[in-house]
Parts: sequence; structure tokens; C-alpha cells
Amino acid sequence: MVRLILRRLGLGLITVALVTGIIFVAIEMLPGDACVAYLERDAVGQRLENCREQLGLNRPAIQRYGLWVGAAIRGDLGVSASGGKDIATLVGDRFRNTLLLALCAIVAGVPLSLFLGVVTALNRDKSADLVVSSIAILAMTIPEFVTATVLIFVFSIWLEWVPGIVMTSAGAPVAAFFPEIVLPTAALTLVMAAHILRTVRSSVIEVMASDYVQMATLKGVPYWQIIFRHVLPNALLPAINVVALTIAWLLGGVVVIEKVFNYPGLGRLMIDAISDRDIPVVQAIALILATVYVAVNLGADVLTLLLNPRLRTLQMRGTR
Amino acid sequence: MEPALIRFDDLSVGFTSRDGRLLPVLRHISLAIAPGETVGLVGESGSGKSTLALAAMGYLKRGLKVISGTVTFAEQHMFSLGGSELERIRGGKLALIPQNSGQSLTPTLRIGAQLTEALRLHSKLDPAQFPARTLDLLRQVRLPDPEAIIARFPHELSGGQQQRVAIAMALAGEPKALLLDEPTTGLDVTTQAHILDLLSDIAQKSGMAMVYVSHDLGAIARVCQRVVVMYAGEIVLEGTPAQIFKNPTHPYARGLLASIPRVSNARLPVALEGRPPAPGEAGQGCAFADRCPIVQPVCRLERPELRAIASGEWLRCHVPELAQGIVMEPMTAPAPVAEASSDTAIFTLSELAISYHQANWFRQLLGQADKSTPTVKDISLTLARGETLGLVGESGSGKSTILKALAGLTPRQSGTIAFDATEDLAANVDHRQPDQRRRIQLVFQNPDESLNPRQTVAEILAQPLRLYFGLSGQALRARMVELLIQVRLGAHYLDRLPSQMSGGEKQRVAIARAFAAEPDVVLCDEVTSALDVSVQAAVLTLLDRLRRERNTAYIFVSHDLAVVRALADRVAVLYQGRLCEIGRASDVYANPAHPYTQVLLSAILEPELAARPKLMAADVQELSPPAKGCACQRRCPLKVGMICETETPPWQTVTPGHSFACHKPNNSMG
Ligand SMILES: Nc1ncnc2c1ncn2[C@@H]1O[C@H](COP(=O)(O)OP(=O)(O)OP(=O)(O)O)[C@@H](O)[C@H]1O
Ligand code: SF4
Ligand code: SF4
Ligand SMILES: [Mg+2]
Repeated sequence: MVRLILRRLGLGLITVALVTGIIFVAIEMLPGDACVAYLERDAVGQRLENCREQLGLNRPAIQRYGLWVGAAIRGDLGVSASGGKDIATLVGDRFRNTLLLALCAIVAGVPLSLFLGVVTALNRDKSADLVVSSIAILAMTIPEFVTATVLIFVFSIWLEWVPGIVMTSAGAPVAAFFPEIVLPTAALTLVMAAHILRTVRSSVIEVMASDYVQMATLKGVPYWQIIFRHVLPNALLPAINVVALTIAWLLGGVVVIEKVFNYPGLGRLMIDAISDRDIPVVQAIALILATVYVAVNLGADVLTLLLNPRLRTLQMRGTR
Repeated sequence: MEPALIRFDDLSVGFTSRDGRLLPVLRHISLAIAPGETVGLVGESGSGKSTLALAAMGYLKRGLKVISGTVTFAEQHMFSLGGSELERIRGGKLALIPQNSGQSLTPTLRIGAQLTEALRLHSKLDPAQFPARTLDLLRQVRLPDPEAIIARFPHELSGGQQQRVAIAMALAGEPKALLLDEPTTGLDVTTQAHILDLLSDIAQKSGMAMVYVSHDLGAIARVCQRVVVMYAGEIVLEGTPAQIFKNPTHPYARGLLASIPRVSNARLPVALEGRPPAPGEAGQGCAFADRCPIVQPVCRLERPELRAIASGEWLRCHVPELAQGIVMEPMTAPAPVAEASSDTAIFTLSELAISYHQANWFRQLLGQADKSTPTVKDISLTLARGETLGLVGESGSGKSTILKALAGLTPRQSGTIAFDATEDLAANVDHRQPDQRRRIQLVFQNPDESLNPRQTVAEILAQPLRLYFGLSGQALRARMVELLIQVRLGAHYLDRLPSQMSGGEKQRVAIARAFAAEPDVVLCDEVTSALDVSVQAAVLTLLDRLRRERNTAYIFVSHDLAVVRALADRVAVLYQGRLCEIGRASDVYANPAHPYTQVLLSAILEPELAARPKLMAADVQELSPPAKGCACQRRCPLKVGMICETETPPWQTVTPGHSFACHKPNNSMG
């Protein structure tokens, strides 16, 4: 068991290394570099040389990658090309904001969608199911920016309950984001809840039709005990991975939502950095995204492993 | 006459089809079961046996509904009871042993928890006594080492062990009536004999009534006082086992009986031609008319009524006199025996040992060796090209384990497997040559588990054809159709999903997939035990034909000794993962030499035989084999002495090619 988890951890680290490596190479292959982008039309002669000197851009690529990795491990992500700010604080603030938004969406969305998924499955084809499932499909198919715009229109402009866009600056304390964060949270919750809900619903329906649930019924187990003891532990296993994917998606910063609500999160920073060709920042964000992705999926795998006795035995045998 | 405990009164059950018609699955069933009485239900799959049994509990599968009639249990109308009243009865006074016990146990709950749940709901015992009672129940169904079993999850038990857990669970509520849906299909003959004894015992002592659904007519003959034959949702014949199995008066019952393999007859059974009508398909006449060898004009016009005849049987046929003319034993010719010799050997196993024991990771880190007694040990045998080797032994004796090791799905502890006399076969399937993988194919007991429910038949069959032969386009399709025709399914099955086929059809697709790879060896693990007898007969005939055409070798695992007799050239008998006896099927069945083989063969139930089986000396099976000496030592009825506990028994030859491992002197054979 422990060995298995260690193995997964190792694989995860390799994934992170590969991703950053690939991004590094890809950026190398793009025409121009940070200094060309930053200096724009002035990118000639001595000024260009100076800039490159300053950012260490004229050393061999391998060496730069090595240096960058070494520094990143120590928590030093370098300085941004545009403006020379410390990336660790720049990205750090944005990441904190994304984390905050993701957390709000998870706290609101995951329990809600699990609950609704189970409820719709248990009331399959009844009116509650039809209404909720149709809304879920709608929320899944409508593009995020439309959902967001509609939310702003209704709750901010029409009802005037909450502010429609975020005015707080990236570095402000957490408390300053309330209540501005409510609408972006709602928009994200709608989109992610739809995904989770549908997975949970079909999984619960499948388990409800299984032989062991029929057996439990014929054993005289009361309905709610069947649901909690026999159905949910089995039906929620497949949901773990979907929830993990959703969390990873949220932690990556959902660009569209951040743009519409003007939320100072990681996604927007990434887009800005890419268009500015601010390579150190892009690299730093890529590193964070890859790590988050790997960590969340690792967590989901370990959780599934712990909760699914079947998989547990299989896996242990497989890695002997 | 005592009042009936369970009573079906003109019960009809059906579902509404897509075009809005009401299609009956059960038609006008009237049947009464008295306390202490055991009634057997037989018939092909789809004839409505399970639906009838479930209806007794007031339960219908999703989509089904009662069209007319009532079901009463202890004077209560089951279909008008409320939820909490049903919950009190179900699993308590009226319990079910389900058909598919492997899938009927909740995968995330330990065995102990599931049994305790049943006790908590229905037992009058003090909760403090639950743990002891749980162990008792498991011991009653002869599960080895109950303390270890309760801590396991369902998937950590063998098929037969799961089945016995389901039986124990049904007995937990001390039921007044027990519904058994194929309760012993996964059990070997000796365990089955014990379980049947146990159930009959309880029935006698506590006046428990039983409804016993089974394809196993031998078992039915043994425990039932009355037998009901069902066809297309109707009762077509009802009588005593003696009446029904000796000389059945209904043409369908005669056909059904002929499709059952017998140990006394080493030939392939004959499948009933055709298939039963689907719900709603039966016209106005007799439902059996399309398959009946003595069909009369009147049969197609008028539905026969169920009526009593002179012998006391109830019968649904217009012309029972003619039924006597249907010959019942038109068996096909016996299979030719392939001779095993080393130059034609396809598999040579030497001293194969397999262990499921999980060394803990800490020990592994320290590099300590695995010293546990392996589940399977000292298996040395050869399989010749084109030969069929039957592998028999009780539940948990390691039959599936050996097949898994041959297929490279479970690691072996020691020993070697030589393939095609020369190639040494890697233990893990991932390390084998693609060609080796192609030449060794595996077919499982349960096609539902081995066929991907989301793939059509075409996708299932295309996989090996693309992978091994690079077929595509027209050639691929042509080959797929050819394969389907070989297994007696047509091109129109290509677009079906597994859920759109019957069990027998799915198993034939699984067989077609195995044969798509043009294998030299097919490993068959209980391939027919999930099927009913007439489909089983068809699948056996198919396997027999394919081996003649392609000279394929089989290792055929089955707990049904009659099926093994029908198909196998040689048999190997396994006890606790050790070989006891091996030889030509005819020799071993006629003249069993090993004490365990003798017990095994005497436990066979045939509909006509009334003999009581010989049993093992100790009643309870053991979970792990003894560390040294003979594997049977603890339960052998003929144990020689201390030597059995200390020395590995030597191999002795009875006749050339027939040998057994025992300390008992050879000449004392009976
Ligand atoms: N995954 C597992 N983990 C631990 N023990 C196992 C596992 N699978 C099987 N066993 C044990 O190994 C032994 C042999 O099992 P196997 O499935 O090979 O039996 P079998 O002869 O095929 O029995 P059956 O006729 O009941 O299918 C049994 O005691 C079983 O409990
Ligand atoms: S009624 Fe006619 S068709 Fe039906 S079983 Fe009797 S003889 Fe055959
Ligand atoms: S060796 Fe001894 S214990 Fe084993 S089967 Fe022979 S007589 Fe029985
Ligand atoms: Mg098995």
C-alpha cells in the first residue's frame, strides 16, 4: 500500500518535471524571447543585449533550465520580465485568489451536487429529477461567459443584490473579496455542479439496479439503510475522480470567469503573461498548474484506493 | 391438509412493451406450498422461475407489474403490504438465496458486516451474541475458517464460498420459508451434498417450506417432494420427482431431460431445438408447439389446459399419450481420446506453485522470503495438442487459480510452464510474446464480467482480429461473420450489445472471441455453469465441434462431473491445490483410486439415483492446506496413519496413464 502510494508520488513528480520541461522547450522554440517582447520596437543592439544579460537569457538553454529548476525548488521563481517584480509574490497573490474562489466554489458546489445527484437518481424520472437534470444539462451546455453574464444581469444590475464585478486588487486581504466573490462562485458552482451531478446520478442509478441492492431489499433492510450502507459507498467511488478533475480545473484558474468578473486570479495572469511573452511568469504558472493537477489526482487515487476494497487487493497484487 | 404457507392464485405478471402491449412473463400461475414442503421449479432460462420466486416476496423487477391474481404468505397478501411490514417479513420469516451470489454481496462491506446486518434486522438474539452466531452460521454452511472469512470482502472469496455466505445469510433470520434460486450452481458436488442435507434437515426439524429453483435435476430429485416444470411463463407439468424424472408425460420435460449430461453416459447431451417464445410471442395455441416433436393441428389452435391425469400429475398437453413415443437418449457419439505424449505436448507444467499470501510490505522491504503454504503446489502435468483435460475439485481447491496462472494473470511462486514443449512461458501475461498470448485464450464462467457492456459484438470480435491478424475493412467483417456462424449466431448479432443478448448467446460471443485468435489452447473456467441445461448442451456441442475442426486443446474446469465426463479425454482431480489423481476420464470415473476421488464421485446426484453419498471424515473444509504430508490428511476417510501427516504421498500407477498420489497400498482398491 505505502509502496504503491510512493510509486504514484514518484510518477507524479516525473510528470511535473516533464511538463515544465516541455513548456520550457516550447517557449524556446517560439520566435523572439522575453526581452524582444518587453522592449518591443527598441529590441535592438545594446539595449537588447543588456536586457538579456540581466535576465540571463544568453546562457545555454539547458543551463537556464537547470538554474530555474534549482531556484524553483528553493521557492525562488525569479523576477518577471515586464516590470521586474518578484514572481513568487506576483503569482503567489494570484494563486491565493484562485484558491479562494475555488474553495468557495467547492464548499458550495461539491456537497450540493452530490446531494442533488443522489436525490435525482432516487427520484428517477419523477418531476424533481426532470427539473434538476434539465437545469444541469442547460448549465453544462451553455458557455460559461453566457452564464456569468446572465448572473451579473439578474443579480447585480436588475436585483442589485451583489456587486457584478470585482474591484479589489490582487494583493488585498481575503476579507476584502466578500461579497464581490459571490457571483463568480455562483457561476463556477453552476458549471461544475452539473458535471458532478450527472456522474453521481448515473452511478447511483447503476448501483440501485445491482444485484446486491436487490438482495439488500429482499433481506428486509429498510430503504434509508440500503441507501447509506449499500448504495452510497459504492456509488460515490466513481464520483471521486470527477470531483478531483473539477477541483484541478478550478485551481487552474478558470480564465473565462475571471475575465468576465475581472477577478484577479491565476488564469488571467497566465493569459496576460502569455500575451506579454513574459516567459518567467508563464513558466512559474505552468509549474504550479502541473503540481496542482498531479497532487489533486494523486489525492483522488489514494482516496479511491483506500475506499474501494476491490481495487485495494488488485493493486497490491499487481505491484508485487 | 394443512393450510398453505405460500399460495399463488392465478398470478399473471407482465410488462408493457414499447408499443403499449401488455406482455405476460408469468401466466395464470396457481400453486400452493405447505409448511415443511419442498417444491422444485425447473425449466429453461427465461421461463419465469426467478420471477415467480421473487413474486413470493412481493417483489418484482423494475418494469414488471401484476396483471392479475394474488400471492399470499402466511395469509398476508404480499402485494398489498406496506414497506415496513414487507421489511419485517423479507429476510426474516421469508428468505431468499439469490441466483448470482457473487454479485449479490455488497462489494464494500465485509462478510461479517453483511451477516450481522441480517441478524440485527431479524434475529431475536441479544446483540452481544451476534459475533458467535455469525461464526456458527458460517460453520453450518461448511465454510472453512469462519474467523478469517468474516474479515474478508466478497471478492476475496471463491465463487462457491460466496454462494455459501449467501446461504448463511438467508438462514440468519430462521425463516419459515426459503426461496432458493439456483443455490448450488457454484458448488462442487461434495459441498452441494452437505448443503442439501443441511437444508433438508432444517426443513424437517422446523417445518420450513422451500421453493427450489434449479437446473440441477439431480439436486431437485434429492430434496423436493413435488416438481413443477415451467415453460414460457406457464406451469406445464407438476408431479413427484419420480414421476417427472423417470418417464415424463410432457414432451417438453422429455426434451429437457435429454439435454442433461449424465455421468453414466459419456456422451454429449442433445440440445432442445429452437428457443422458447419471447413474452407475448406465444400465439393462441400451445406455447411449445413450435418445438414439439409430436405437434398436432389442434395444438396450434387451442391452448391446452392444466388438468389432473390418472397418475396424480397435473399436465398441460392435448395428447400426452403420444409423448411416450419420444426417445429420450439420442446422444451423440463419444469423443475420441487424444493420447498425451511429450512430443505433442502444448503445455508442460512442472512443480507449479501459486500463493495468494500477501507478504506485508515491511517484510518485503527487509527482503524476507514468503514462507506461507502456497494455495496451489506441486502441479506437474502435460496437456497434449487437441486434448481436453478436465480439472475437477471442490470449491476453493484452486482450479481457477491454476487457469489464471496459465493465462499469466496471477504470479506463480515457483515451478515452470513450458509452452509447446520448448518455450518457457513468462509468469506475467505482459511479458509474453504476442504470439504466445494469441495461442492461449481464456473463457470465463460469467460472460457479463468478461464482455465490456459498452462494446457491440462487432467491437468485441474485432479486437483480437485486428491485434493478431491485422484484419480490417471487408476482410475483418467477413471473418467476424464467419466466427459468429461457427458459434451458431448470425451476422445480425454484430451490432448487439451484451445487454441485448441472453446468457447463452453472450457465452457464445465470449467463445467466438477466444476462437478469433485461432488459439492452440483454450482455458475454460466453468463456462457452462451459468447456463441452463439446454443452452449448456448447445455450448458443449459447439466446443466439441470447434476442437474437432481446429485441433484445439482445452483445459476444462467444472464442478459438474457429468459435464466433464461428456467432454474430457483426461481428468485431473484437485484437492486443496494438490493433484490427487489423473488419468483417462473413462478409467478415473470407472475405477477411482484416490480416497478423495471416491468421495467426489459418490456425491454425484443423478435424477434416478437415490443412493446417499459417501462423505469426508471431517465435515468442515479447511481454508489453507496443511504444510506437509498429504493435502487430505485432516478429512481422509481411509487415512493410513502418521505417515500421511509427515510425508508427501507418492504417485502410484493403476493402469498406464492413470495414477494417484496416496500412501494407501494400491492393491486395496475397491
Ligand atoms: N483474491 C484472493 N485473495 C485471497 N485469497 C483468494 C483470492 N482468490 C481466491 N482466493 C483463495 O484461494 C483458494 C482457491 O481459489 P480458486 O478461486 O482458485 O478456487 P476454485 O477451485 O476455482 O473454486 P470454485 O469452484 O469455488 O470457483 C480459495 O481458498 C480462495 O479463498
Ligand atoms: S399440446 Fe401439442 S404442442 Fe403442446 S406439448 Fe402437447 S403435443 Fe406438443
Ligand atoms: S495419503 Fe493418507 S490421508 Fe492422503 S489420501 Fe492417502 S490415505 Fe488419505
Ligand atoms: Mg472458480
